[in-house]
Amino acid sequence: MAQKKEASLIKLVVVLTAIALVAGLALTGVYALTKGPIELSQKEKKDKALHDVLPGFSGNIADTVISIDGEDVTVHKAINADGSLFGVGVETFTKKAFAGRFDLMVGFDDDGVILNTEVIKAGETPGLGDKINKSKSDFAKQFNGQDPAEYKLQVSKDGGDVDAITAATISSRAYCDAVQRAYNVFKIVKEAHHE
Amino acid sequence: MSKVKILTKGFFKENPSLILVLGMCPTLAVTTSVNNAIGMGAATTFVLLMSNLIISLLKNVIPDKVRIPCFIVIIATFVSIVDLIIQGFVPALSESLGVFIPLIVVNCIVLGRAEAFASKNGVIDSILDGLGMGIGFTISLILVAAVREILGAGSFMGFQFIPSDYNILIFVLAPGAFLVLGFIMALMRHIINRVTEKRKNKMCAAK
Repeated sequence: MAQKKEASLIKLVVVLTAIALVAGLALTGVYALTKGPIELSQKEKKDKALHDVLPGFSGNIADTVISIDGEDVTVHKAINADGSLFGVGVETFTKKAFAGRFDLMVGFDDDGVILNTEVIKAGETPGLGDKINKSKSDFAKQFNGQDPAEYKLQVSKDGGDVDAITAATISSRAYCDAVQRAYNVFKIVKEAHHE
Repeated sequence: MSKVKILTKGFFKENPSLILVLGMCPTLAVTTSVNNAIGMGAATTFVLLMSNLIISLLKNVIPDKVRIPCFIVIIATFVSIVDLIIQGFVPALSESLGVFIPLIVVNCIVLGRAEAFASKNGVIDSILDGLGMGIGFTISLILVAAVREILGAGSFMGFQFIPSDYNILIFVLAPGAFLVLGFIMALMRHIINRVTEKRKNKMCAAK
């Protein structure tokens, strides 16, 4: 009995390898099957966000990548038929969020006025920080129509013009941080476009 | 043990989170809404079912010494499959459950059932056991989530019926999870104690 239980080293290796191999094959199959739908759903989400932050625009969109604060940020330039700039959609981020990081899409018009903001990906606390989503509260709506050149992108507690979400000051600060970063990117893009 | 008993013992008598106190991480973390609880319960049930099935099939092939790594590889494979499928076809659920789907790998219920049941029993019994435990887990998640969502967010399955001014914030946060879980566990024990007492009394009376 004792001898039977004491499987040889080779058997241990063979069995474990075989199981890992089959598992790997199964995963490869599922990955191949789901790769398309996953990419599609992520792209749809971004496209919808871009559409929402550039309301009323339906023309050419040129993508560029700009490096800011040590990360690459994708910028979607909405260009009118005559070549002038309609606005810019910036995929921005913040690392000051309660859950570490969240990603936003922020749309500016040609003058730098915020058209709209949309959450792309966030993991803020349900019931508190997730009020940055427009479906949960009106917090994000106060940014619309503001020009960051005059509108101080900080919560009122820090001396800014933004009303923070009750009990979620960190998420509110992070939102301001992300929008400010988007505005910094916008300025770079705008300068480059006019040169 | 009859087949029905194997299936139903997970619902109440050996309920994984309320009686065996396994899988606390998801029980506390994802029960902020009933929808999350159902999604998490379904995902865990699938993983339990599949891993129990495969492990009971392979129980004579897997040497004792490497059984734990083998179980983990099998469980992790099914969890990754579930994760990919949810990401691809139910992106909204994947967003709200986030990191907790990959964390099913370390859920003690799954490895616990593999080690305690599937590695010693036949295929059909193991499937029933996995299914029963999964359903029991889902029931307890929904119980906790229902209380937390109704008191904390004033809604049930996303349908708001209490104005947000009357919500009790603490139930959405971590301490609320512990409170609700504690009360439900106490209630569960109380019911079980009473049932067993009644049975005892009946037996004594019969004698």
